[in-house]
Order: sequence, then structure tokens, then C-alpha cells
Amino acid sequence: MPQVIFTSALERHLSCPPQEVAGGTVREVLNHAFATNPGVRAYVLDEQGALRKHMTVFVDGEAVRDRDGLSDGVKPDSQIYVMQALSGG
Amino acid sequence: MSHSPSSRLFVATRKGLFTLERAAAGWRIAQTAFLGDPISIVHIDGAGRIYAALDLGHFGSKLKRSIDGGTTWEERAAPAYPEKPEEVDDRDDNGTSIPWKLQKIWALADGNATEATDSLWCGTLPGGLFRSDDGGASWELNRPLWDKPERKGWFGGGYDWPGIHSVFVDPRNADRVLVAISCGGVWVTENGGSTWSPRAEGMRAEYMPPERAYDQNVQDPHIMVASRENPDALWVQHHNGIFRSTDGAASWQEIKDIPRSGFGFAAAVHPQDPDTAWFVPAIKDEKRIPVDGQLVALRTRDGGATFEVLDQGLPQENAYDLIYRHSLDIDASGDRLAFGSTTGSLWITEDQGDSWTSLSAHLPPIYCVRFAA
Repeated sequence: MPQVIFTSALERHLSCPPQEVAGGTVREVLNHAFATNPGVRAYVLDEQGALRKHMTVFVDGEAVRDRDGLSDGVKPDSQIYVMQALSGG
Repeated sequence: MSHSPSSRLFVATRKGLFTLERAAAGWRIAQTAFLGDPISIVHIDGAGRIYAALDLGHFGSKLKRSIDGGTTWEERAAPAYPEKPEEVDDRDDNGTSIPWKLQKIWALADGNATEATDSLWCGTLPGGLFRSDDGGASWELNRPLWDKPERKGWFGGGYDWPGIHSVFVDPRNADRVLVAISCGGVWVTENGGSTWSPRAEGMRAEYMPPERAYDQNVQDPHIMVASRENPDALWVQHHNGIFRSTDGAASWQEIKDIPRSGFGFAAAVHPQDPDTAWFVPAIKDEKRIPVDGQLVALRTRDGGATFEVLDQGLPQENAYDLIYRHSLDIDASGDRLAFGSTTGSLWITEDQGDSWTSLSAHLPPIYCVRFAA
């Protein structure tokens, strides 16, 4: 099954260990991950279900293109990294 | 009615929430929370519960609450905008599509100003007002204000989107609520939010073409404050001046001949004496630093006819502190005021501003200062 790994920066706010979850798209995989860890959802997605502006998701090393729909495909052995963009301050 | 002075001060900064307490030896930082996280607003409700709005750059806005004075915190819900219907093309007057997404929590106020309840109002960017009746466990967007066609004429002042930064609930009638918007003027509801009307008559906008200078919908009140025991007396520090109302915002009068500068963000009014108010001026708006590098506060005791320049204890050379709109507060006694700056300096007075004491010069940039009751 695809594996979802969350940025360690999230650990400061809430627990989010890596998960192995089913799904053929980024949306499906994240929905399954949020089903078992619902608090994480609002940190990664906005209220309309789009990826937050300063978050990125990599599927096997490639940044996803469909940041609103999260329709990018995921293979059964994919690794999905949920990361934060770098910023100043 | 006289109140005892507050001995507890909450300071929300770009890098955490600081609690100061007054001991026999003076004020000191007694507690910290959320170190490293931006706190856009801190609010203490009528029951003494503390709400802190975190403005996490990557992870969005979050709302936390403490029911034990700030020792432990629980996550509450952040206001969430509803889904934008596909047939709605929500664009501002510049043609820019307005996001139906929370950008920042910018105001929190008790739904009832005189008794402790679980009701809250929350002002946000991009211009939505939210209501909670369960202590922030859930929120609902106030549609009557959001659906006003005039909202498309609002615009951001310093931010990309307009924002509600001031919410005043009338202590005589909780169904009467005033909100102030940068930039969207002042609005009132008399019926708990079912209908809204503009209340910025008399305000003047220098940044607009002359024919629109008095357009109520484009005014930029930086902050609006009301005298607690004389709630028809309101003060606004506006983008290009100071305005006052003595009739519950039915009309506004511009204050003339303000020493130093009429530009600034913050305002405070005495809880019992509506003619006494404080401001912290800065060079207008291209520079936003104290005039001549001298940090001062202004105090009027006669409704704005005259002002005193208060500088005792404040730096009088090479001071570049700017005081943001939520970073000046007055306690219930009316004797104690505190303000904090963009450069992390914090001052307090216990004599209505006659003299000020520096509490720190090394805090992170300060966004909001609030006395506990």
C-alpha cells in the first residue's frame, strides 16, 4: 500500500506518524490517512479541501500538480511526502 | 462603577504568547505559551477563559483555549468558510476572485458583554464575521453581512483581503453589534446579525478620489473602541486621522489639530469617561515610524479638542517602534494601559499615561496586548 509520511514540523502541533493507506490518487490516500488521524486534515488542507498554500505533496519525488483536486495518481508502492514550503521569518 | 486595576497582561506576538503578572516588585513575565508560533489575537472572555488565535504560516489559522489561566490549552475549531457555490462569481471591484477561505483570525469578542456565556463573534480576513454559541467548538459565517453586495467594494489595507478587526457588542443589548473593517467602513446590526447597515457617515478617505472621499464603504478604520460604560461614545483611529462618535456611530466627527501625527493604528478609551482617549501616533503611511524617532502617546481628556503628548518613560531618540492596532489596551479601572511594538518593546502605565515603564525591549514583534479582568 502507498505510504504517507508527514513533515516532522507537524509534530510540534500534533502526532502524525507515517501511515500505510489504500488509494489510487493523492486525495484518496490523504482521506484514508485523515480518517484515522482526523486532526491532521485542517493542518494540511484548507476548508475547501485544497492543499494549503504553503504546503506541498510529493509523490515518489515529484510535486503534485493538482493542488486543489489532488487527483495526481498514486501507485501501490508509492511514497507520499506531505511537506511544508520553506519560508522566512 | 469603579473596578480594581488589572494585574495580568497577555501579550500575543509573532513568536508566542506571553503572560505578565504584577507582583510586589513590579511586572514580570510569568508564563509563556506557543513559543515560536505567531499569535494574531488573544481574547479573555467573561468567564476568564483565554482564547489564542494561532496564525501558522504553513498549517493555517488555529484557535486554542485555556480554561486554567494559560497553563494548559485545548484545540477549538477555527472558523471555516462554506463552500463557494459554483454559480457564484465572487469578485471584488478590481475583478479579483475573493477566496472563501480563512486567511486570518483578526478579532474575537464575547457575544454578551455583561455576562459570561459561550457566545463569541470572530472577525476574519477575507472579511467574514463568524458566530459561535458553543465556546468555539463550531462556527457559522454570518451570511447577512457576507452576502451584502457592498462587500465586493471592500478591499485590503496592508493585506491582500479586507478584514474585520473590531467587533463591539453593546453592553445594553447584545443584539446590537458594531464591526469595523479595513477597508470597508463600520457596520451595525440591531438584531443579532440578521441585517446590517453602514455606520461610517462623516469619515473621510484621503486615499480615494475626491468624489469618493466620503463613501462609507471604502473607509479604513484601523481600530474602533467604545467606552465600556458609555457605549455610544466611540473612537476610531483611521488611516488618515482620528474620528469620534457620540451617538453610537450614527455620525462621526473628524478630530483636528492632532499633535505629532494623526496617523496610527491603536486607540484606547477610558471605560467610564468617554472624553478621555489615547493614541500612539506615527509618521503617515509611507513611513510608519515615530515622528523624529521619539515615541510618544497622545491623550485627550476633552473629547479630542486638545491633546497632551505623553513621553515620560518612553524613548525620545532613535525609537522606531510601531504600535499595531490591537497592541494598545486599557484595563477596567481606566488607570492602567499597556502597549507593545513591532520591535518587541512593551510599556505599561499605572497613572493613565503620565509615566510609562518599559517591561521588555526584547520580545518578538507584538500583535495584540490584552489585560485580564
